[in-house]
Amino acid sequence: MILPVTVNFYENLDSQPAGRMNKLNITVAVTGLNNIDSPGPGVPVIRALRESDFFNVRIIGLAYENLEPGIYMPGIADKVYMIPYPSDGVEALLERLEYINSRERIDVLIPNFDSELYTFMKSDKRLGEMGIKTFLPELAQYEERHKANLSGFGKKYNVKVPGNFELFSHSDIQKIPSGFTFPLMVKGKFYDAYTAENKQQIAFFYNKIAAKWGLPVIIQEFVRGTEVNVVALGDGQGNTIGAVPMRKQYITDKGKAWGGVTLDDKNMLELTRRIISETKWRGGMELEIIKTASNELYLIEINPRIPAWVYLAVGAGQNLPEALVRLALGLDVEPFTSYKVGKMFIRYSYDLLVDIGQYELVSTKREN
Amino acid sequence: MEKLPFERPVINKLSAGMPGKFGMKTHISPVTHIDQVGVKELTGQYGSPLFVLSEKSLRQNFSEAKRAFETRYPKVQFAWSYKTNYLNAVCSVFHQEGAWAEVVSGFEYDKAIALGVEGKHIIFNGPDKSRDDLKKAVNNNSLIHIDHFDEMYTLTELAGESENKPKVAIRVNMDTGVYPVWDRFGFNYENGEAWDALNRIMMAGKLELVGLHAHIGTYMLSASAYGIAASKLAELAAQLEKKFGHVAGYIDVGGGFASKNTLKGAYYSGSDTAPGFDEYAEAIAAALVNSRIKPANMPLLILETGRALVDDAGYLLGTVIANKRLSDGRRATIIDAGVNILFTSFWYDHQVNPGQPVSEHTEETTIFGPLCMNIDVIKEAAVMPVLKKGDRVVISRVGAYNLTQWMQFITLRPKVVMIDPEGNVHLIRDSETLETLTSLEKLPGHLKQFRL
Amino acid sequence: MRLKKNIALSETGFVFDPNTGDSFSLNRIGLEIVEKLRHDKTDQEILNELLENYEIDKASLDKYYFDFVSTLQYYQLIDDTTGHREFL
Repeated sequence: MILPVTVNFYENLDSQPAGRMNKLNITVAVTGLNNIDSPGPGVPVIRALRESDFFNVRIIGLAYENLEPGIYMPGIADKVYMIPYPSDGVEALLERLEYINSRERIDVLIPNFDSELYTFMKSDKRLGEMGIKTFLPELAQYEERHKANLSGFGKKYNVKVPGNFELFSHSDIQKIPSGFTFPLMVKGKFYDAYTAENKQQIAFFYNKIAAKWGLPVIIQEFVRGTEVNVVALGDGQGNTIGAVPMRKQYITDKGKAWGGVTLDDKNMLELTRRIISETKWRGGMELEIIKTASNELYLIEINPRIPAWVYLAVGAGQNLPEALVRLALGLDVEPFTSYKVGKMFIRYSYDLLVDIGQYELVSTKREN
Repeated sequence: MEKLPFERPVINKLSAGMPGKFGMKTHISPVTHIDQVGVKELTGQYGSPLFVLSEKSLRQNFSEAKRAFETRYPKVQFAWSYKTNYLNAVCSVFHQEGAWAEVVSGFEYDKAIALGVEGKHIIFNGPDKSRDDLKKAVNNNSLIHIDHFDEMYTLTELAGESENKPKVAIRVNMDTGVYPVWDRFGFNYENGEAWDALNRIMMAGKLELVGLHAHIGTYMLSASAYGIAASKLAELAAQLEKKFGHVAGYIDVGGGFASKNTLKGAYYSGSDTAPGFDEYAEAIAAALVNSRIKPANMPLLILETGRALVDDAGYLLGTVIANKRLSDGRRATIIDAGVNILFTSFWYDHQVNPGQPVSEHTEETTIFGPLCMNIDVIKEAAVMPVLKKGDRVVISRVGAYNLTQWMQFITLRPKVVMIDPEGNVHLIRDSETLETLTSLEKLPGHLKQFRL
Repeated sequence: MRLKKNIALSETGFVFDPNTGDSFSLNRIGLEIVEKLRHDKTDQEILNELLENYEIDKASLDKYYFDFVSTLQYYQLIDDTTGHREFL
């Protein structure tokens, strides 16, 4: 039987935090409780924080929809509040958070959806005034890594990226440069990616994506190879606090990993460290990378947040959510130096039973 | 016993979906007053629908814009974009604040003159200036922004006929990283056409080149594009200095600043994404200050911003005509203000608030206008408090373009009032009457009689 | 004309229909009407009570009431077996 192996990337070895007797009591608010077939990172982040040796956490779940499973899962959130969608604007969100904070005294807030990050970054100052700390990318970092800006990002930081082209209107489909050959990827600003084999399919996906995520819709060159991912945490000074590479072993029809395994790949870690060091990335991130047959790495996307598979990193020895909370609180954090290679995750579905009364509370009182 | 206030009974089906179109029902607060004047009193006295402009907001927006630019650049001049809203009262507020006039037709030009704006304070833009228009502008010493070579030649001819040497600028179009490029107006920067036009003007010596102009687009959400535009214009000015020793007196970066409305198809609310005056000013001023223009020759900076100054000073008040249930169970609310007077509803997802206190309860509805036209939709997906017939609604940020692009269609156009800073309400445009329209018509004699 | 028997109703205005699995929410007056319907009050009785307690004229109340009740019918919360409603 093969056992997971711990690999070290730095000379100074193991710096796992020792178990603490007196844990620090804190309240952390977390979004992304949609632990469905295309899961949000909220539940895995909460699991990671619950396993912290350093903190004793009270978890406030923030949900957008009344069926997000994390609302009902036992042992996940201590209390759940519904919050308005990011598209309703900063004011509506802050008003709700003020109410929630008046009852819960939130120390740290971890937003987990791409689409809400902008709103939270814009609210950073007001959140600070409420005493709520976050650890988010700077607005400029966030903008720079946008899918639509990926070519510029690649040039600036000398990273290989596939060519891309933005569609602002249906007629732009006819203007896609001839250098782009099929198949092509059609991507939404925040989510969704489809492979198109011809212009008709692009038109179809364009409508679908534009209706949901707005414009532009992004056309990206299709790079053949294996998709690999890295979850990482930057401290905002250019240091990589932690990074774990993973290969998806099974991908659902929604393009989400159903199983994955940690990899031993120094090139991927090197690329991650270089990106974090040059952008001075602040906060969690996920790099989506294509590894070609000739072992070249193409960066296809930077997600400016912790991915849903972060619990694999925790299991492999890097509790990145805990480190993120420590950074948010201004505590010193030593970079992780190792992780277990060959650690796997396998997602599964599980039917949770709840009574209609719980659903009623969430639907009518907007808290549970 | 005193009776309780009544609210229409409502039942809403709970959607048990994952993230969908409607999020948590946010509480939509009522807008019961505009500048301390009651919405109820306004519609009571002036009828419904009714456009309301806040003079206080107009002046505040202006001074906010002025402060943003003047704190960053030494010489700044605003020119009020007539096409955005050319009601005399609105233009006069901006002229009182010191703005010149920016016009794009003979009609707008005459309107500015009639209001008392001196010719030398009028900027004449646009592709359509007739020979007579140009002649008038030359005689009045107005600033003529040349759009194409045909216009340049007409002006050169006119220069011989007038005592005044025509004062001109050229409009330059360019790639600022924002698409589409508005290359149908003016002379292109990248292909050298703009520099060519400047050379011809300087060589011929018939026209007095006083400035350079660009207008890169409308509803620009990127402040940096203005920085690029300003530096390209500055580069042309620097080349003029070098080659001809000529100083272009001003650089006009046009308008197009976004207001806080939310564009359709945008995911985030416009109030979160639209840059403020400070961001635009920072980009433009930095580009000019860092340009190759000699410090002694720093040009006057002209801004023609319209929408960002007037949009949020305008409100449209309307009244609920009826509530309906559509065949699929969705709610529909019909109000008396339609797309004919709210043209901007085609591209904005307008904010609609109730005009009276409401309860917490909301329902999903589509807000339709009163026209017998399927396209008359004011807001596709609104989560509104429960409204009943006769309730008032307030549509915000409608001050730009609606009062110039509105159509007399099916019904007559309503009154427009302005609330002054002391809270007095002034009628600034009366509603149309049957007479207003029929007075323009001529009925041929043989059509005057009919029997049914 | 009455509310289906097994409809679950809570004081928060939450409605659960065990026949279809649908859930609904009611505003305060909606809840009041549904509660009265559940107690087998007639339309006339309900209208009279509302007219007594609320700031509303009879014509408008009738309109809103029957619109509301037809929405309940649309959502199949009303027992329809007794035939169509008798309109006043």
